[in-house]
Amino acid sequence: MRRFVWGRYWSVVKKEVIQIKRDRPSLAIALVMPLMLLFLFGYAVNTDVNDIRMAVWNQSPSAASRELIDQFVHTKIFQVTASVGGYRELEAMLDDGTADVGLVIGPDYTRQKDRGESAHIQMLVNGSDPNIARTAVSNAQLIVQHQAISLQEKKLEKQGMGELTMPLELETRVLFNPNMESIVFNIPGLIGLIMQNVTMILTAFSLVREKERGTMEQLVVTPIRPLELMLGKITPYVGVGLFSFCLVLFVGTAWFGVPVKGSIGLLVALSVLFLVTTLLLGIFISTVAKTQLQAMQMAFALILPSVLLSGFMFPRDSMPVVIQWLGGLVPLTYFLEILRGIFLKGVGAEALWEEIVGMGAFSLVILAVAIGRFRKKIE
Amino acid sequence: MSAAAITCQQLTKRFGERVAVNSLTLTVPKGSIYGFLGPNGSGKSTTIRMLCGLMTPTTGSGTVLGYDVMTQSEEIKQRIGYMSQKFSLYEDLTVEENLDFYAGVYQLGAAERRKRKAELIEMAGLAGREKQLAGSLSGGWKQRLALSCALLHKPELLILDEPTAGVDPVSRRIFWEVIHELAEQGITVLVTTHYMDEAQTCDWIGFIFFGNLLAEGTPQELIGQMGANNLEDVFIELVRREEARQAAEGGAR
Ligand SMILES: Nc1ncnc2c1ncn2[C@@H]1O[C@H](COP(=O)(O)OP(=O)(O)OP(=O)(O)O)[C@@H](O)[C@H]1O
Ligand SMILES: [Mg+2]
Repeated sequence: MRRFVWGRYWSVVKKEVIQIKRDRPSLAIALVMPLMLLFLFGYAVNTDVNDIRMAVWNQSPSAASRELIDQFVHTKIFQVTASVGGYRELEAMLDDGTADVGLVIGPDYTRQKDRGESAHIQMLVNGSDPNIARTAVSNAQLIVQHQAISLQEKKLEKQGMGELTMPLELETRVLFNPNMESIVFNIPGLIGLIMQNVTMILTAFSLVREKERGTMEQLVVTPIRPLELMLGKITPYVGVGLFSFCLVLFVGTAWFGVPVKGSIGLLVALSVLFLVTTLLLGIFISTVAKTQLQAMQMAFALILPSVLLSGFMFPRDSMPVVIQWLGGLVPLTYFLEILRGIFLKGVGAEALWEEIVGMGAFSLVILAVAIGRFRKKIE
Repeated sequence: MSAAAITCQQLTKRFGERVAVNSLTLTVPKGSIYGFLGPNGSGKSTTIRMLCGLMTPTTGSGTVLGYDVMTQSEEIKQRIGYMSQKFSLYEDLTVEENLDFYAGVYQLGAAERRKRKAELIEMAGLAGREKQLAGSLSGGWKQRLALSCALLHKPELLILDEPTAGVDPVSRRIFWEVIHELAEQGITVLVTTHYMDEAQTCDWIGFIFFGNLLAEGTPQELIGQMGANNLEDVFIELVRREEARQAAEGGAR
């Protein structure tokens, strides 16, 4: 009596497949929405800063000062968008946002430089976007330092010191993402986030819809067991989710040019585990919510913290410990580690076992909770 | 096994302050057709839902086919067929797909399933509509389909909540012929209805009002006791008396 009956489970699967096929709009959303989100976010969530707009107030026009400005432009990080004639004009441009930074070269610049005196230049930075401001300041410092060192070298050479070598040189090699492009880091995370959101909503509606339509009343007087019903309901969606995942994966690699360093097979296998976890999370929502609207709201209430806690937006390492623990309660956290590990580092299952166990444990717990919550009643 | 298909003692259901079913005690003998009558909102559906295991009684006890409604609702569910007041099959599935789904859920083997489906489609006169979406069936046909689904697993007890509401007279007649046929095969039927001509053909009648069982007996007994001409008069007289009694009580308080 209490045993899991495959026949009953299979009946639910078949019924759900028919219903999904008849519900074309929902199916289209499940398949197309991930792609749309990938394109949307793929372009929007680009944290690389380049083409910082720079307004220049050059009070000492000369070959020397123009050379300095060229140094800024050569980096491709800055672009000169305006030439101004005073502080007031410069500040106005920073205020209305037509410039991100202002470069001020004083009237004495050329003279001081020729005489070998210390010359000063000033940079005004709009700090309202800290990301842009930080990039601007650190790069400006580098450029100016570089310029200063080469001036120093020339001066010493003139004094007859011959060819100079730097006493200290740092050589860096960036592993895994050599160009430090944020897209390479963001796309795997995006794939995880999108799959979570779309699949969770699919099943969040499933039981509530039966409650709302009244079909639950007939279902509940049958001998079906909650486990058979829930697994039967998520099974077809694992297929839908997997198809959609492969689509997004293909576009992510082909269109955005983010290669998968590790094993695609492992990636797909672990994605199935993740899909099952989020689908179960959706089912859990379905057991709590009374209406489809409530289910929708609950799904969003889970999605928002998962974006922040999972390390999608901000690195988890820099979060307070308590917040890191909370992140451990979000399955997306584990999946992001897995995705980035396989995409960027090409690691295998042995390096990811903690995440695999974490996600597996999470899905079992959420299934147990959902079954515990589900009553074969209609109150 | 006892001779009663359903028994309940002091069965009570409260929704917050509202008492939907008040200390109901009744017995449905095996193999009989028991008509459960009462005005709108008197607690018929609530009683039925408690008996089916869809709702947990607030207090009281009851057995269905010898199983306790409080603790053994899964055993009960295996053995009863239920048709709810509101159509509750899948409207986006066809007639045949609905039957297939419930056949699977009740674990009918492939051969058994084919046989039962053919029998029930024949019985309900659904032949030719197998591929039609349940949602596009008219009221009477929906009810026939619901009955077929409730009968797939050959239940010993059939519980029907207003099966003929919104059904034309011809279909109602056919529906009740089926009910009597089933009773002859030994199936117990508990049925609610607002049609007194239907109630007249039941073996037993229970009359409920404001959650209280006011009268119980065969149709002839009730008509005799009340000195009425027919069941319709019995119904109206019972409601009138009960309302007068409650008004008097309210006035005395
Ligand atoms: N889930 C519920 N929550 C709160 N009150 C309820 C609920 N279900 C029923 N009731 C109330 O209980 C009372 C009895 O309702 P019930 O549906 O059992 O009546 P009924 O005899 O079946 O009426 P009808 O002939 O209209 O079908 C009504 O007053 C109803 O409003
Ligand atoms: Mg009712």
